[in-house]
Amino acid sequence: MTSQDNMSEEHLPEAAHGHGGGPVVSKDGYFADPGLPPHEHRRTDIDEKAARRAERQVAMWFLLSMLATVGFIASYVIFKPGPTHHVFIWPIGNVSPLNFALGVTLGISLFAIGAGAVHWARTLMSDEEHIAERHPIEATPEVREQVFADFRQGSKESGFGRRKLIRNTMIGAMAMVPLSAVVLFRDLGPLPEKKLDTTGWKAGMLLKNMNTGEPIQASDVQVGSLTFAMPADLSEDDEDFQERIAKDALMLVRLQPGDIKDKKSADWGYHGVLAFSKICTHVGCPISLYEQQTHHVLCPCHQSTFDLSDGARVIFGPAGHALPQLQIGVDNTGNLEALNGFTVPVGPGFWERSE
Amino acid sequence: MSTHISDATSGAHEEIGHSEAGVEQKHLGEKSADWVDGRLGVYNLAKANLRKIFPDHWSFMLGEICLYSFIIIILTGVYLTLFFNPSMGEVVYHGTYTPLQGIKMSEAYKSALDISFDVRGGLLIRQIHHWAAIVFVAAMLVHMMRVFFTGAFRKPREINWLFGFLLLFLGMFDGFMGYSLPDDLLSGTGIRFMEGAILSVPLVGTYLQMFLYGGQFPGNDIIPRFFTIHVLLIPGIMLGLLVAHLILVFYHKHTQFAGPGRTEKNVVGMPLMPVYMAKAGGFFFLVFGVIAFVSAIASVNPIWEYGPYRPDQVSTDAQPDWYMGFSEGLIRIMPGWEIRAWGHTLELGVFIPLVIFGLMFVVIAIYPFLEGWITGDKREHHILDRPRNAPVRTGLGVAWIAEYIILLVGGGNDLFATHLHLSIDAITWACRVLFFVGPVIAFMVTKRWCMGLQRRDKDKILHGRETGTIKRLPHGEFIEVHAQLPQEELFRLTAHEQSAPAELPAAVDENGVKRKIGSITKLRAKLSAGYFGPQSQIAKPTAEEHAEITSGHGHH
Repeated sequence: MTSQDNMSEEHLPEAAHGHGGGPVVSKDGYFADPGLPPHEHRRTDIDEKAARRAERQVAMWFLLSMLATVGFIASYVIFKPGPTHHVFIWPIGNVSPLNFALGVTLGISLFAIGAGAVHWARTLMSDEEHIAERHPIEATPEVREQVFADFRQGSKESGFGRRKLIRNTMIGAMAMVPLSAVVLFRDLGPLPEKKLDTTGWKAGMLLKNMNTGEPIQASDVQVGSLTFAMPADLSEDDEDFQERIAKDALMLVRLQPGDIKDKKSADWGYHGVLAFSKICTHVGCPISLYEQQTHHVLCPCHQSTFDLSDGARVIFGPAGHALPQLQIGVDNTGNLEALNGFTVPVGPGFWERSE
Repeated sequence: MSTHISDATSGAHEEIGHSEAGVEQKHLGEKSADWVDGRLGVYNLAKANLRKIFPDHWSFMLGEICLYSFIIIILTGVYLTLFFNPSMGEVVYHGTYTPLQGIKMSEAYKSALDISFDVRGGLLIRQIHHWAAIVFVAAMLVHMMRVFFTGAFRKPREINWLFGFLLLFLGMFDGFMGYSLPDDLLSGTGIRFMEGAILSVPLVGTYLQMFLYGGQFPGNDIIPRFFTIHVLLIPGIMLGLLVAHLILVFYHKHTQFAGPGRTEKNVVGMPLMPVYMAKAGGFFFLVFGVIAFVSAIASVNPIWEYGPYRPDQVSTDAQPDWYMGFSEGLIRIMPGWEIRAWGHTLELGVFIPLVIFGLMFVVIAIYPFLEGWITGDKREHHILDRPRNAPVRTGLGVAWIAEYIILLVGGGNDLFATHLHLSIDAITWACRVLFFVGPVIAFMVTKRWCMGLQRRDKDKILHGRETGTIKRLPHGEFIEVHAQLPQEELFRLTAHEQSAPAELPAAVDENGVKRKIGSITKLRAKLSAGYFGPQSQIAKPTAEEHAEITSGHGHH
């Protein structure tokens, strides 16, 4: 028999040798717990040279951290902040040299401390497993009895259960005192009243092009284009511009009059120019994607899709009702104007909304 | 003469002082420890905890990632408040970022730009703050999965599960408020979405909206209010919950996986000092280092590219941070149901997703109590389950995750459509169907998978593991040699308990009187059979079965 054969014999599993005895059986008929296996020494536990090498490795990590901190401070002083400074770093692309240098040095200085500490723990600190006993969370019956007796005693001495007048008035007072806190929140905001029902649009108000700020001639609105408009009395410098534009924003389209399926919608337009609220009736995103061929508009937030040729009714997505339409005409100079305010609330639905 | 003596004594003093320098230093340390103990009584606390034993398993460090990213968020967040101006007052930008020159914006947005471009290291801290928040929520979710799938939430840890659940819930909302603060076009769209969601609440929606925003959307109050909630209110509550969570971990002592020497009555591992002080303390620096490095090379929320918020503008592919993605999915796949009657509008298309959003969290919170009720198990559990040995629980967990992922896909339906060249309607419809079907399939597949793994365990125990050694028998047959598992493995694989399903009380009591069995009792027995019936567990092999089979096979 060669040593090669011996080797392979050694690798044969125990069962092949008819391992004697078989597993130890526990009382309940399953396999018994063999107990904690004996501790196995690591190289660093028995070889002082290996331990010293590990010590040097840990120290190298900590040293690296110190160097990185120096690098961090140097980067802070050397590199300039701002969007105009960038440098190409493969494979990330153009980055701010300051951000890159600070981040990398900070990252290394922190990571190295962690790596050193973990390496220290894994190689040099004892890895012997210990057993700690658990104690039940629940108290012993004696303690439990004692606590209940104490409570009964305390309760009795307070007279809480006996003097009902005190108890009831106290509960009343405690229940009422938070009301003051609730009342204090009243001035967080105004009451809704009819605020959500109205917009800044009124009869006779001119439409203003959102981009140019100029009134819009009906002939300026071409088939296939989407024009954004706001009321002529609104200016970006106004104090309440954000609140008003959140409701007043309009989109204008021109359709071939024959393409308009909804009669009322066509009547509310001017020679095929239709004005709809730009605010999605789902949760209020501004609608901005227009499909020229189908006259569908799509809200980029949740993909509600409206058919502008059919009274802006919902054809897909989570919106619950059509986009409100503004009735428009032209004044004596040919500029588009509102003939009426919105007759239904714009934007997302709400409880008090009636249509 | 006197000088002589003094010389001698001083010499002696010197010698003592020299030889015992170390001892004297120790005295100082001991002295200050005594000083503290005299006032705070810390020795009893230290006695119980300095050498406290913690078991070792890679999955136990997931919770540490949560803790450390939370600390990183607090540290960087405090720094950011020194420069951030949470105001919706309007200013015209004249800063260093030229594309926005002369543009009107809120002071919040401007100060966020200044932090990014003019404060040295400001961009890095902002990015660390944001990346750490992304990691924080992700780590909490994964940590929660670990606790769930191993059954670590069972008695006595149900309350700690609730603390953890609240931390996840609050963490998500604080993240949402945090990324809303810069008042950029993307985050403003998120605030607008929130307005729509609040408005959909029946009866009180408009009141809640007016009170929260201080008037009509967007108003001037929402950013400063979010700021206070984001930096003070929620982190304050979370800090308290976190401390309570950790105290309970120490108090209950950590759970451990089954294995040789590990019982329900002990905990086997290494001591807090020094091993876990070094490992866990070091791990904080590792987490911080990695997040800092990521923040150096990966841009997150580049607000300057979005521009300031205006209610009439929006960018395409607007997406919330990943942890809010599933709520985005809910809102996107919901059909636009709306009930209009008696002068009122019930905006179901928004309100139903809002309710389901809440339910997805409620099921997490109540699960430990639900399972405890079904199994009727009142005992303490400190040995963790292997997920395969609790197939119903594992299946339910995977069903939840499947639902979550389906909703995430639904929330990114536009991105899936543009990147995979699919119809957005098709994706939305697929998500609508999968919303109901997906979790059921996930549950069934997972449960069967678990059963397969249980069978595999049984097979390994009874027949040993495959060794890869092929033997040829004298009559020419080839067999693969199987090796018996060592005692440690046999014990580990059979250490789990297998309960019998709860049985209904006999239909007739001892006096022969017909007993009335309530429908709840019946339901519970049914559920219990689902958990512990033959469909859910393969009886683990006994030593006797093992002996029979091994003796039968004997020598090959």
